[in-house]
Amino acid sequence: MSRQRWIYAGFLVLLMLGPIILPEFYVTLLNYIGLYAIVALGLVLLTGVGGLTSFGQAAFVGLGAYTTAYLTTATELSAWLAPFGQSPWLALLVGLVLTALVAFVLGALTLRLSGHYLPLGTIAWGISIYFLFGNLEFLGGHTGITGIPSLSLLGLELKLGRDFYFLIWIALLAAVWLTQNLLDSREGRAIRALKGGTLMAEAMGVNTARSKIVIFLIAALYACISGWLYAHLQRFVNPTPFSLHIGIEYLFMAVLGGAAHVWGALLGAGVITILKQWLQDFLPKILGSSGNFEVIVFGLMMVLILQRARDGLWPILARFVPNVAEKGSQRQISQAEPLPKKASLQAGNKLLEVGDVVKKFGGLVACNRMNLSVQSGEVLALIGPNGAGKSTMFNCISGVDPASSGEIHFLGERIDQLNSREIARRGMSRTFQHVRLLPAMSVLENVAIGAHLRGSKGVLSALLHLDRVEEKRLMAEAARQIERVGLTQHMFDQAGSLPLGQQRILEIARALAADPLLLLLDEPAAGLRYLEKQALADLLRRLRAEGMGILLVEHDVDFVMGLADRVVVMEFGEKIAEGLPEQVQKNPAVLEAYLGGVA
Amino acid sequence: MDLQIALLLGQDGITNGAIYALLALALVLVFAVTRVIFIPQGEFVALGALSLASLQAGKTPGTLWLLLGAGIAIFIIDGIGAIKAGALHRFPKIVLWNLAYPGITGLVLFLVKPAELPMLAQVMLSLILVVPLGPMIYRLAFQPLAEASVLVLLIVAVAVHMALVGLGLLFFGAEGSRTPAFSDAVFEFGTIHVTGQTFWVLASSVLLIATLYLFFERTLYGKALRATAINRIGARLMGISTIMAGKLSFLLAALIGAFSGILIAPITTIYYDTGFLIGLKGFVGAIVGGLASYPVAAAGALLVGLLESYSSFWASAFKEVIVFTLIIPVLLWRSLTTHHVEEDE
Repeated sequence: MSRQRWIYAGFLVLLMLGPIILPEFYVTLLNYIGLYAIVALGLVLLTGVGGLTSFGQAAFVGLGAYTTAYLTTATELSAWLAPFGQSPWLALLVGLVLTALVAFVLGALTLRLSGHYLPLGTIAWGISIYFLFGNLEFLGGHTGITGIPSLSLLGLELKLGRDFYFLIWIALLAAVWLTQNLLDSREGRAIRALKGGTLMAEAMGVNTARSKIVIFLIAALYACISGWLYAHLQRFVNPTPFSLHIGIEYLFMAVLGGAAHVWGALLGAGVITILKQWLQDFLPKILGSSGNFEVIVFGLMMVLILQRARDGLWPILARFVPNVAEKGSQRQISQAEPLPKKASLQAGNKLLEVGDVVKKFGGLVACNRMNLSVQSGEVLALIGPNGAGKSTMFNCISGVDPASSGEIHFLGERIDQLNSREIARRGMSRTFQHVRLLPAMSVLENVAIGAHLRGSKGVLSALLHLDRVEEKRLMAEAARQIERVGLTQHMFDQAGSLPLGQQRILEIARALAADPLLLLLDEPAAGLRYLEKQALADLLRRLRAEGMGILLVEHDVDFVMGLADRVVVMEFGEKIAEGLPEQVQKNPAVLEAYLGGVA
Repeated sequence: MDLQIALLLGQDGITNGAIYALLALALVLVFAVTRVIFIPQGEFVALGALSLASLQAGKTPGTLWLLLGAGIAIFIIDGIGAIKAGALHRFPKIVLWNLAYPGITGLVLFLVKPAELPMLAQVMLSLILVVPLGPMIYRLAFQPLAEASVLVLLIVAVAVHMALVGLGLLFFGAEGSRTPAFSDAVFEFGTIHVTGQTFWVLASSVLLIATLYLFFERTLYGKALRATAINRIGARLMGISTIMAGKLSFLLAALIGAFSGILIAPITTIYYDTGFLIGLKGFVGAIVGGLASYPVAAAGALLVGLLESYSSFWASAFKEVIVFTLIIPVLLWRSLTTHHVEEDE
């Protein structure tokens, strides 16, 4: 057994022993830590992994708690609701559906806007629901609802905190398991790609809007489950624990523990809960009056953590256990059946046809009536001085930044109205001039994002680990592409640790993992050494021989001239020359553009 | 509801709306210049009002201790920084703003009897106490993170809010305060009575907005702030210090906040945590303006004030729910009218 497994096993044994050997007070404390950690776990997924955030998680906890409290205690339920009041488990179902609905609406409204609208929206939602709980008569107003029935599980009634303990911690561990499964999957990589900006993820075919909603929903559902457990543990609810300030505390737990790590949620929940308990005893004694003074300490602590150790406490702790820290970076690449490939085309088929494309930024015309075409089995180089509009052209073709007018056809189909995701699906893949990698993820995982559209297993299969066969195939494919570009020895390194030149090569591997018919490379040779350039040229020649079309933007004239079949030269957004490399090299307009007419 | 009540509610709504509008302007300003979503804006409202109430009650406002504490903290941090950088010439300025200023303010408070001063002097004293906290908070909490993402800055802002609310409770206790009105005059227009305080609020708001407009349009520092808001890197290349711009925007935000608090303290009872909700209502207004447009934000804030006022008549228990749910249609409208959102912040 590895060291890491020993640690897990030890942790589990301690957990099992907890309620048997600990006094009541500590069992209660552990119950609350477990409940809070479930909520914080959702925030880890949302904030630490996805780069979004919510201050309204306490409101979702409240939704779960109040739903079950109301359904299981109300005496006059309308006929269609009555069956759900029969059992807390059915009430949980109602709570989850309700939570999902609210989260979906909130997410759909805010997630299309820039990142800060979601947290602002959740603040408003958190306040609204708190006042709603406190003012609705049928929810008991500020006094709340009492007499909530206890839970029973397999005929066992969970009346005591000690009995409840196991349910809470099983729920938490299940949530941790599900979350880890999700993160280590095709959908999980798409979610992790959100933090690197949506541009790259969309170009790799990830529906980022959907990924964002998914994690917001999961976080809300975790919160709802925590609320449901809370209601049946306490057997009483009132609005206080669901206020915005508690919502903020949940976020503090996630950030303090380490928002990018699932175990950080547990650590943060533990530290904040224990600290709060201690501060509530200690502070009034030294300050001489009573009140929620612990928020002063929490607030200052948060500012310090974010300034000094933004990754939270977990990475600091994990340093002592190297195996845990490195988890996920090493893995076996097993043999797996290759993923299906698109039928490759015969050389000479028309892949891309750009007709009269104009791109304006306000009054600036970046591309003016550009025409070019790429065939299969051909390398077309697009060259020109800085600012000529080459990258703009790339963005128009790949749908990252659509053209203002003109037509673009790919495989005979008009694509200039499509988004980058749809274009990627049709067999076009690209790299970026400014590399867009996820520096904290391994080279292998970065490349696997490129294969996103070649898998189909969704969030549910990922959560339950039903995607393993496909996952193996995706990983094997990613490994194959890494081998193809010659990065095998760096397969498990963090992408951010590679030198810039190799990061560009990594982007090519990622693009290749999408099984493209047309490859768009934006300055792939920049930052490469001579031998690396030669290796890259060899790779591109091999791809060309396989029938792939390649559109290349490059500054290195030697590299371009030795490789390209045809060259298009741009200056000030217009095409000034087109032809065979040797023709273009002698073209007076080109010489003028590059050398200012001296020659 | 008859006309009389409708007009009365309208008057209430416009008065509160004017305050929300001031706060909305401050929020847009701070966000544009520093990318900080300044959740603690409302705390300045409470600190301003409660400091004034303390002075009038003959007590030492707790904000003095905050001013002294923050000053000492900055003195230590900047002092060490200056020594490390070998820039000892910075010391006079560091000492002046962080030790001398709070010290002298404290001394003045002990020497004079603030309770016996005229109202104007009390207001000035409160502002002297509270406004420097703006740039001090920027220095301590936000300046080290100036290049962080909007999300990180937002979480810091929330943390600062939490700490300030806790400190407010510590300094001023859980009881609310109400200060005497600036004037007891009552004006009658037909059947409507308009109090002098309402006039004060409206006139001061208009005056403040006009001053801000002149500041941004006509002064070098105002233009520097606008430049920073449009393009931080560009502004820096032109020699505008982003640190200066950050501190200045926080100074203005604190001034607007504290002054708003002083304006409404005679109208409504202010508790240590009242500021938060007031600030958030300014936020709803600011969001109407997309955190970018000053006039739309101000109009949105007025709308919030009116909505709040009328909903307090129809469904007073659900006043807050209605006001904060207003954000949903606003967000819907914004998300439908926003087409392309560039991720790179």
